[in-house]
Amino acid sequence: MSNIPVDLKYVKTHEWARLNDDGSVTVGISDNAQEQLGDMVFVELPEIGQEVTAAEASAVVESVKAASDVYAPLSGEVVEVNEALADSPETVNQDAYGEGWLFRIQPAAAAELEELMDAEAYELFLASEAH
Amino acid sequence: MLIFEQSRQGRRAQAQSPGHADEVTDIPENLLRNESPLMPEVSEMQAVRHYTRLSQKNFSIDTQFYPLGSCTMKYNPRACNSLAMLPGFLARHPCAPEGMGQGFLACMYELQEMLREVTGMPAVSLTPAAGAQGEFAGVAMIRAYHDARGDSVRSEILVPDAAHGTNPATATMCGYKVREIPTDRQGDVDLAALREAVGPQTAGIMLTNPSTLGVFERRIEEIAAVIHEAGGLLYYDGANLNAILGKVRPGDMGFDVIHMNLHKTFSTPHGGGGPGAGPVGVSKRLEPFLPVPIVGYDGDEYYWITEDVRPQSIGRLSAFMGNAGVLMRAYIYARMLGREGMHRVADFATLNANYLMVRLARAGFDLAFPERRATHEFIVTLRRQQKELGITAMDFAKRLLDYNMHAPTTYFPLLVPECLLIEPTETESKEDLDAFVEAMVQIQKEAETSPELLKEAPHTQPVRRLDEVRAAKHLDLAWTGTVA
Repeated sequence: MSNIPVDLKYVKTHEWARLNDDGSVTVGISDNAQEQLGDMVFVELPEIGQEVTAAEASAVVESVKAASDVYAPLSGEVVEVNEALADSPETVNQDAYGEGWLFRIQPAAAAELEELMDAEAYELFLASEAH
Repeated sequence: MLIFEQSRQGRRAQAQSPGHADEVTDIPENLLRNESPLMPEVSEMQAVRHYTRLSQKNFSIDTQFYPLGSCTMKYNPRACNSLAMLPGFLARHPCAPEGMGQGFLACMYELQEMLREVTGMPAVSLTPAAGAQGEFAGVAMIRAYHDARGDSVRSEILVPDAAHGTNPATATMCGYKVREIPTDRQGDVDLAALREAVGPQTAGIMLTNPSTLGVFERRIEEIAAVIHEAGGLLYYDGANLNAILGKVRPGDMGFDVIHMNLHKTFSTPHGGGGPGAGPVGVSKRLEPFLPVPIVGYDGDEYYWITEDVRPQSIGRLSAFMGNAGVLMRAYIYARMLGREGMHRVADFATLNANYLMVRLARAGFDLAFPERRATHEFIVTLRRQQKELGITAMDFAKRLLDYNMHAPTTYFPLLVPECLLIEPTETESKEDLDAFVEAMVQIQKEAETSPELLKEAPHTQPVRRLDEVRAAKHLDLAWTGTVA
């Protein structure tokens, strides 16, 4: 069973969102997503200052199997990206919820976060996808 | 070992030297080399051994079962090669007057006619030089059609998630926004989602039918109606034409544009990325936009139809008419098959796939769509093996090499986890299909009893399991050493 931390929010496209103390939101892909994709070889991140829209492709993760879009879980402005992934994309595999984060956004409407799935809902969603 | 590493200064192979040195006097001094190019210097024997060894390292349809199928390379009949290389075809200069190339033009005209007939599309242009260029031409025509009507708000192309992987790239290249349409559990397009997605912004839909899931899209007529009612056009990706050749025609399903991969369905060589041939066919209303040149026939002589008489054409895609030699091979293939044979391609391609699918299912393998009949290909999912035994589709694929069979497509389509997309094609015998089933059954047993055999496979090949991450991240493509 893949790891699904309870303090995060999730979307059906397998990204997670974490609300930080300063009101910004950190985004990454779930443990289940990294496991399905396999070994990462490249991560393409958005530009700092870029406006992203919820459910739209905002980054790309490329593994030995496929290149996949990463969708922004909520709308906002990108304030930081995880530069370290350029040299070590495998961090996404090793620590999807920690050092393997992708980008941080300042949400346009923080309330959007409340509409996302919690860990329990995401787990149910994964189970329904499995059959 | 690279041939450069065998090089010794002054070593020569007379057989590989030009008969005489050409005197070239009209190249300006500043464009001439100052030193000799770095070339390997080896004996004739060394060159022969080197390339023979290389060819023996190759897995190919000429030597092994190759269930990548028409997607990558189906069998290329030898006659297509030898006839296309007749001196009259080979020596024809593309700038020669039409009167001096009537034989070649007649072949191309007949190929256009045969492709029209087999796809049910009213007009065909042979010129796209590959599938990718055919796709580009197809979507460029959709754009030209809307533009010509002053309909400039259409900004989206719909692409089902079971479509050929190149479709979203093509739509993006042509300046469209891609909107993905989900697939239902049976492998068909989700019609409710499609109805929700269409609107005045819809330029068209790109559909592969049969889809990459190896099933035929059953509600294609309804899909066509939904798109046409919204004012959009239907694009048919010909990647899987092999399954329906001479049976069902994209034109009859309601498609407005189609590209065909002659290097897939019409059995032309396709190794190493080319040269390809991706002719496009269109409905009547798109005919003015076809890329040129096209071959015309006035009942007496064959001639080129060019932009002079097709002012709305999207233009030329290459200097001449695509890859003429590849088109010749496709023409010869179609002529050898004839109308009857064309049907048999689809008959045996689907029969072989369905036979293989049923035998593998009976042997205990899980099908991605067990309730569906296969087209020319089908999907086995090894998700159970991965969960229970930790054995992945890649492990099975690598172990198949040890059984002297090429692996099927792995991890595509992305919709099915741990998948093998298996396409035997029409040319495999029952014995070869049975041998593949036997190999899969053996590998399954190994997975249960000695999984390390799979994890470390291949064992019998010139190279062992490659480090894919390293191979993708640290490219080492150019030789940087020095000649001894």
